[in-house]
Amino acid sequence: MKMECGNCVMQFGVFNLRNIRLIARLDVKGQNLIKGIHLEGLRVIGSPNEYALRYYCQGADELIYMDCVASLYGRNHLSEIIRKAAENIFIPMTVGGGIRSVDDATQILRAGADKVAVNTAAVSNPQLIRDIARSFGSQCMVLSIEAKQISANRWEVYTDNGRERTGLDVVEWVKRGVNLGAGEVLLTSVDREGTRKGFDIELLKAVTAQVSVPVIASGGMGKAEDLVEVVELGSADAVAMADILHYKRSNIVEIRAIAQAAGLGVRHYEQD
Amino acid sequence: MSKTKVTVIDYGVGNLLSVQRGFEYFGASVIVTADPKKILEGSRVVLPGVGAFGKAMQALEDRGFVETIHEIVNRQIPLLGICLGMQMLLDESEEFGITKGLGLIPGRVVSLPTVTLSGETLKIPNIGWNSLLPSNQSSDWNKTLLQNISSGDAAYFVHSFMAVPINRSDRIADYLYGGQKISAVIGYNQITGCQFHPEKSGKVGLKILKRFLLQ
Repeated sequence: MKMECGNCVMQFGVFNLRNIRLIARLDVKGQNLIKGIHLEGLRVIGSPNEYALRYYCQGADELIYMDCVASLYGRNHLSEIIRKAAENIFIPMTVGGGIRSVDDATQILRAGADKVAVNTAAVSNPQLIRDIARSFGSQCMVLSIEAKQISANRWEVYTDNGRERTGLDVVEWVKRGVNLGAGEVLLTSVDREGTRKGFDIELLKAVTAQVSVPVIASGGMGKAEDLVEVVELGSADAVAMADILHYKRSNIVEIRAIAQAAGLGVRHYEQD
Repeated sequence: MSKTKVTVIDYGVGNLLSVQRGFEYFGASVIVTADPKKILEGSRVVLPGVGAFGKAMQALEDRGFVETIHEIVNRQIPLLGICLGMQMLLDESEEFGITKGLGLIPGRVVSLPTVTLSGETLKIPNIGWNSLLPSNQSSDWNKTLLQNISSGDAAYFVHSFMAVPINRSDRIADYLYGGQKISAVIGYNQITGCQFHPEKSGKVGLKILKRFLLQ
């Protein structure tokens, strides 16, 4: 390798190191950004796009929007919110909640989303994963999984925002979903979600050991150090953050700095 | 900035709104169209793309865009290929067997490496932000869309295949994946291809879109 390259490697620390992604997760009900605990007891936080813009300006690597009542009512209301966000937010956006068909996915992508996250409809119709992947590419098809621990090193897949059990084993379901064409996995621990107790490291370990696609850890981030732990021990490729950002317990600038100081590869970002 | 007219080739792929919004952000008028004649009305043309190479090339052919794209190049209208749109500028791709590309930039599209130089497994697709680095010591970004970009600035990538241009001079910027250099920006004269998504690369990406309008 040439010297010119060597310098950059040293400077930006990208050699043999994959940059982890810092993702702000916005759970939305109707027109409101909300936050719950274990995906329940939802509290209104504010306007989703005000928060989205703030996270974009802080240097969030991506955004995830989840319509958390969509499955219940059978449709996703996020199109308008996303269309508005796309006017001044220029980072990748994943949208989930109530996506039941390729047509639903088309509508969301046309509104400015880059990926769709599918949970409930994928469980009832696994073929949907293949259909979406074939229509838009695997990189567009995020398999969203809500996991609840049922015994040591065993987790069950839940749907409908953590309300319905499926009897499916999380690890088996992830493997199947990836075989069907999911290009990424959003793995939410219902047990940890909103608790600030840190990520479910064992869950992440169990899943990342079995799949070759990127896995996003979600649920439980209480402090920046939790992120370092889930990347180092759980091999997470990305981390979804909600509570810690919405309640301003920390911000993306600070979290990025802590991750970098801990030796993790992060995106080179210059604050204005 | 005067109202530059940008036309975006719509051949049925995913999110085209963000590309449109990115140029509108700088006051350009943007037309997203599946009509090859309308594409030629633009003073800047964008070839976007996500998904599979063969399917996309077929879609371009079915809609009569292949000739249009060559016409754009003949007329020296600046052309920007994004992601798969960048890969299609090359001669051919190995994705699902050999498929012919547009042949505007000599070279081939091959799989991303699956292991690092030290043998560790790399995830495919590569999804995430990577720092842009000059491809050669002689790379002069001043004459390219990267004019206002600094070495190390990061852009958002999502891909499983990569472009390998034959001519060294066609390589403008790379990024490192598992220690290996991957083409990030390629091109010559009025033709540019970005492997990453400038419309999804925050302020860095917007600077590139702005430069394209001023090119």
